[in-house]
Amino acid sequence: MDTIEYLTGQFHEFPQDSIDRGLDILRQDAFNAFNTMGIPGMKHEEWKYTRINKLFNTDYSLSADPADHSVSTSDLGPYRLPGNKDANELFFINGRFAFDLSVIQSAGLQVLPISTAYNGEHRDVIAENLSHSSRYLKDGINALNTAFLQHGVFIQVGRGLILEHPVYIYNITDARTANIFSQPRSLVNINEGAQVQMVETFITFGMNESFTNQVMEVVVQQDAVVEYYKIQNDASHTNQVSTTHFRQTAKSYVHTVTISLNGGIVRNNLNMVMDAEHCESHLYGLYFQQGKSHIDNHTIVDNAMPNCLSNEFYKGILDGNSSGVFNGKIFVQRDAQKTNAYQSNKNVLLSEEASVNTKPQLEIFADDVKCSHGCTVGRLDEEGLFYLRSRGISEKIARSLLLHGFVVDILDKIRLAVIRNYADQLISERLEFDIS
Amino acid sequence: MLKIQNLQAGIEGRTILKGINLEIKAGEVHAIMGPNGSGKSTLASVIAGKTDYEVTEGRIEFMGKDLLDMLPEKRAGEGLFLGFQYPVEIPGLSTTNFIKTAVNELRKYRGEEPLDAVAFLRLMKEKMALMDIQQPLLSRSLNEGFSGGEKKRNEIFQMAMLQPKLAILDETDSGLDIDAIRIVANGVNKLRSKDNAVLLITHYQRLLDFIIPDFVHVLYNGRIVKSGTKELALELELKGYDFIKNDLNIAETV
Repeated sequence: MDTIEYLTGQFHEFPQDSIDRGLDILRQDAFNAFNTMGIPGMKHEEWKYTRINKLFNTDYSLSADPADHSVSTSDLGPYRLPGNKDANELFFINGRFAFDLSVIQSAGLQVLPISTAYNGEHRDVIAENLSHSSRYLKDGINALNTAFLQHGVFIQVGRGLILEHPVYIYNITDARTANIFSQPRSLVNINEGAQVQMVETFITFGMNESFTNQVMEVVVQQDAVVEYYKIQNDASHTNQVSTTHFRQTAKSYVHTVTISLNGGIVRNNLNMVMDAEHCESHLYGLYFQQGKSHIDNHTIVDNAMPNCLSNEFYKGILDGNSSGVFNGKIFVQRDAQKTNAYQSNKNVLLSEEASVNTKPQLEIFADDVKCSHGCTVGRLDEEGLFYLRSRGISEKIARSLLLHGFVVDILDKIRLAVIRNYADQLISERLEFDIS
Repeated sequence: MLKIQNLQAGIEGRTILKGINLEIKAGEVHAIMGPNGSGKSTLASVIAGKTDYEVTEGRIEFMGKDLLDMLPEKRAGEGLFLGFQYPVEIPGLSTTNFIKTAVNELRKYRGEEPLDAVAFLRLMKEKMALMDIQQPLLSRSLNEGFSGGEKKRNEIFQMAMLQPKLAILDETDSGLDIDAIRIVANGVNKLRSKDNAVLLITHYQRLLDFIIPDFVHVLYNGRIVKSGTKELALELELKGYDFIKNDLNIAETV
């Protein structure tokens, strides 16, 4: 069956459940938008280099029953991130939040089904922020997630709380028996003055095809501090569009590092909406791809209000037949005077077949701002290689040392030591290089 | 130790070295001097194995083996060291990790066990004192943001750590103040022995006040046009390179 036809059928099957129908209207509007816009193809400016429409030619099963997963704690064992004993662990299985598997250690951390939260005390914050990302992502793929958001979750960190335990979020696709299309959805509310470290990763079980279309929206309230790390190292037969949308309110601080090491087609949308004065955000990224992998990092920084600082630095290594895209949009709105916005993207191509398209896109409507951008695409430094080899270091090890040196400054932006070391280990293994 | 015969080499079709003959024996210090563009750095690069250069004629023997057949890392394994005129900056690789890797790769080449952490540290402390190098410098990314003097001292420090049989020092003195030259020269002198040799490449006689060479050669237009003892360097200092050029012109007209 045609996937889109199938999804339409599924959409109409889901019960409608919110009391004032607010969520239902949101879903219906999103579904209409999906029908109008469709799956973005090459003609869509933001999807020119990343073709996901062919993924919809696969027959997927979008499972209808929230309790319907057959993943046990022991299945998860080998995939849990280091440091998990000290972490809150939240599991999404095939796009559904698995309350049975998730472990919450911090008293200030709360996870509720989105409809429960909406029909309860969190209506205002949800009404204000749910689907905020659709204002920035005008395409059917974002709308498609929203159309199915009734099984999403509302995650919140209580006011003034400094979470001692980081929050690990696992997006698991169980493709052991069927092709799986999954759509994890969450709205995270980091309350005033709270501090949290979040780590997100993507794991697929089984060899069937999988396509994950994830949307996470995060509201960072006044004076809150968020560190957010995304580790993508899933198998090469898996594909994903992963949207992480931050909306910052006054004097909040967001620090993100996105590490993308493997996957089939991986598209990241990282949005940073600086919706109040004196916000600060840092967006770091590192992609290291090989084989036929495709990595696309689309970022949007929207400076809507004055006196904000954003700093963006992405680095990439592309080997084999892999391809990369970096698209960095920065808006500085008319009122956003005294904005500081910086952006840089550096790439190393290791083979003739590897390629990267990098595009800074600055749209500045205020006149008293400091903005800079730069991008480079090059090969491994031959002079450096000769220098190391002249000291007796074999070419292979010399290349590894140079490449490791190229990425280490981004790794060092991961402030959670176990995760920094884990990412370093993954990269060093690929470089066949001993980090000790 | 090193035997160069009729070496001709160039880059992008342009011949730079036009027949170099040079022999260096264990225990000797040689200096090659010459004006800009005479081919001094090309000679150093060709000996160390830089692939940008194409050798069209001649041979180089090192410790009885054909050097030109070897990869750069193998040449280092055999005991060759090049002190770079412009040491390369390597972001994200600490000097300590780099040297540790190099030391152990060379040991592996010689069939020796890698140095353990304690032995490595002991060796490092000893050589750091010799070159007046402090720990913070070694923890920084290799050569990145180093001053000219720090880069050159770091080159000699590497030489001290790697203990080569033949060290070629390419304009190690250029850009150094007198104190830095003294430290560099002192390092080189301490490492001299009857079993190893040094080839100094320099513009100026100044370095040779501190490191006394056994032989001085003048490289001009891709050839060694004059060889002598340390007095030749003094003569060059006094008269400049013009007297060599004049001598050559006379020789060519006769």
